[in-house]
Amino acid sequence: MTDLYQSQRAMRNMRRAAMQRGVIAILDIGTFKIACLVLRFDGPGRLGAQDSVGPMAGQSSFRVIGAATTRSRGVRFGEIDSMAETERALRTAVQAAQKMANVRVDHVIACFSGAAPRSYGLVGDAEVEGRVVSEQDVARALAACDVPDFGAGREVLHAHPVNFALDHRSGLSDPRGQVGHRLACDMHLLTVDAAAVQTLLHCINRCDLEVAGLASSAYVAGIASLVEDEQELGAACIDMGGGATGLSIFIKKHMIYADTVRMGGDHITSDISKGLQVPTAVAERIKTRHGGVQATGMDDREMIEIGGDSGDWDKDRRSVSRAELIGIMRPRVEEILEEVRARLDAAGFDSLPSQQIVLTGGGSQIPGIDDVASRILGHRVRLGQPLRVQGLPQAATGAAFSSAVGLCLFAAHPQDEWWDFDIPADRYPARSLKRAVKWFKDNW
Amino acid sequence: MQPMTTFRRDPAPSRIAYRMQRLWLTPLFRVFLRHGLPLLVVILFFAVYLGSAERRAHLVTSFDTLRTQIEHRPEFMVSMLSIQGATPDLADAVRGMLNIPFPTSSFDLDLKAIRAQIEGLDAVASADIRVVPGGVLQVTITERQGAFVWRTRDGLVLVDDTGHRVAGLLTRDARADLPLIAGEGADKAVPEAISLLQAAGPLAPRIRGLVRMGERRWDVVLDRDQRILLPETDPVAALEQVIELDQAEHLFAHDITAVDMRLPDRPTIRLSSDAYAARQKALGLAPTGAAKP
Repeated sequence: MTDLYQSQRAMRNMRRAAMQRGVIAILDIGTFKIACLVLRFDGPGRLGAQDSVGPMAGQSSFRVIGAATTRSRGVRFGEIDSMAETERALRTAVQAAQKMANVRVDHVIACFSGAAPRSYGLVGDAEVEGRVVSEQDVARALAACDVPDFGAGREVLHAHPVNFALDHRSGLSDPRGQVGHRLACDMHLLTVDAAAVQTLLHCINRCDLEVAGLASSAYVAGIASLVEDEQELGAACIDMGGGATGLSIFIKKHMIYADTVRMGGDHITSDISKGLQVPTAVAERIKTRHGGVQATGMDDREMIEIGGDSGDWDKDRRSVSRAELIGIMRPRVEEILEEVRARLDAAGFDSLPSQQIVLTGGGSQIPGIDDVASRILGHRVRLGQPLRVQGLPQAATGAAFSSAVGLCLFAAHPQDEWWDFDIPADRYPARSLKRAVKWFKDNW
Repeated sequence: MQPMTTFRRDPAPSRIAYRMQRLWLTPLFRVFLRHGLPLLVVILFFAVYLGSAERRAHLVTSFDTLRTQIEHRPEFMVSMLSIQGATPDLADAVRGMLNIPFPTSSFDLDLKAIRAQIEGLDAVASADIRVVPGGVLQVTITERQGAFVWRTRDGLVLVDDTGHRVAGLLTRDARADLPLIAGEGADKAVPEAISLLQAAGPLAPRIRGLVRMGERRWDVVLDRDQRILLPETDPVAALEQVIELDQAEHLFAHDITAVDMRLPDRPTIRLSSDAYAARQKALGLAPTGAAKP
């Protein structure tokens, strides 16, 4: 636990160092593609001054100077399956982005969708020492949270203090300086599979890059594609990726729940591949060009050449109607969405004041998916595009890049997490101070 | 039949290529490669090349040869010495003294030294030396003009109007046209002597010469062994006073040996012993001290 606390702190320091250098890279490691963006931080003044629109959600302080996407290899369900392959794909993306940016990047912030994230809600409280709440009181309240037994081999990825309560007043976002006796806090803890994360870190380190931060892609997709009132009033973001579908629930601008359905666009493709007996690549092409989930009468007449290079005339001249294709795709999409529905129900999404659902990610680009989704998930479903950030190429502005864009925002303005607060003074190991004194004595 | 979709392998860079690109994007490395490395190569080349004494010597030799070749081009050669504004004697003396082995390169001539050498001659007031086109070393000499003949213990010396020695003389007759000065330190007061001679006016034909007394004042020596003793300060005024006296009272027609003007307020005359005796006699006084001029 403290190990992770330290390592997360180290990542934060690394991020600060990268900000000072002004260049940081974003790696979105997905199952279908790996995206790398290079950000340049210019400081808040320079761009904001001439921009008549003004700073938009704080993202005017950085600029995307390099962007590259490559076909992902060796990744399954958002987890690294074959390390060497993934490393090569990472190198491809990073090199292309560096080339476009014409700078060398040493620090990356990465996000991934896999590693089975699990959410926990934590509660802790502490007496306020003195009259007003100080940083130390907040730290002690956070430290007092009783950590659930999430099992060995799992590590904390996010730990957001989502709510503070001072005596009988709840819903405080920042209790510091307020007068009260008893400070309570609610914390949202997201744990992931440690082995998967270690593999990912190792893979990034093998590319000579330093990890300056890690994030869950469900979380960052939510940051990018939920608008402010949705984040405030309560909404769920469903990031339909290639190998996994992430979902995150936001309220009061804090993520309170995140989960992953280990199904995604790749399963639709493999269904098509199996159903039509075509290679995966052809299936992917057919899915993106002709795919859909709502059949109409017109679709019966629209024939799709599916081809094949077997040399057999009959096999190579095959064609299917679009209605048949939809018939293959729709059950899988419904299955994914129903699984999502189950997760949302389990999380108690029904009790939120606003139940907006935003579909994003590459899978949300299937025509007609919003109708299917609203039938399964509820009426308030919309398709989400990520926020526009400066310098992002047009090709990288689609829904498929919402987690990459969200990661940019995360890099620029990370929410305070548990490790951003001070260690409570009484928990500081006294031994380390003694050791420091001893070291001084020994060496001087 | 063509395959429907050709799968190009993803252009993943090799580890080496990836590292190389990152290295190349490092600013310090780029600066080093662009400026540092060429500089290093150049320095290394020179260090290796000049490391051997033999090559260094060869370099110096070849440079010297080249320099000599350029210096000895006909454009830079001087083959003749031309002396202007000097008497033949002086010109011969200068030629003999310089003794430049013609033809020689104009780079080898130290014109300042030559000029100093020529101006070291007493008879030369100033010398102007230049190498004129055609390979001629032209020396234009301004000679000193003798103004006085100075009689010293060692002999006769011709001095110019600043008192500088021009030449020695064997006999006074060689320059009978010049006035004579004598006495120690006379050459240092030559300008005063000139002004005295100019002020002499009617006495000029009678002046035999000027004598410097004790390196501080002048005596004007006239013929018939008469002298005018001038003061240290303002001797010209004193001389003019004497001339006025002479014109008014025919002073020098009397039998006197000296007019003493050392105290300008009180001119004193010294009679000859004969005149003194006659005066004593005429006044009916004993001729005591008459023999004391």
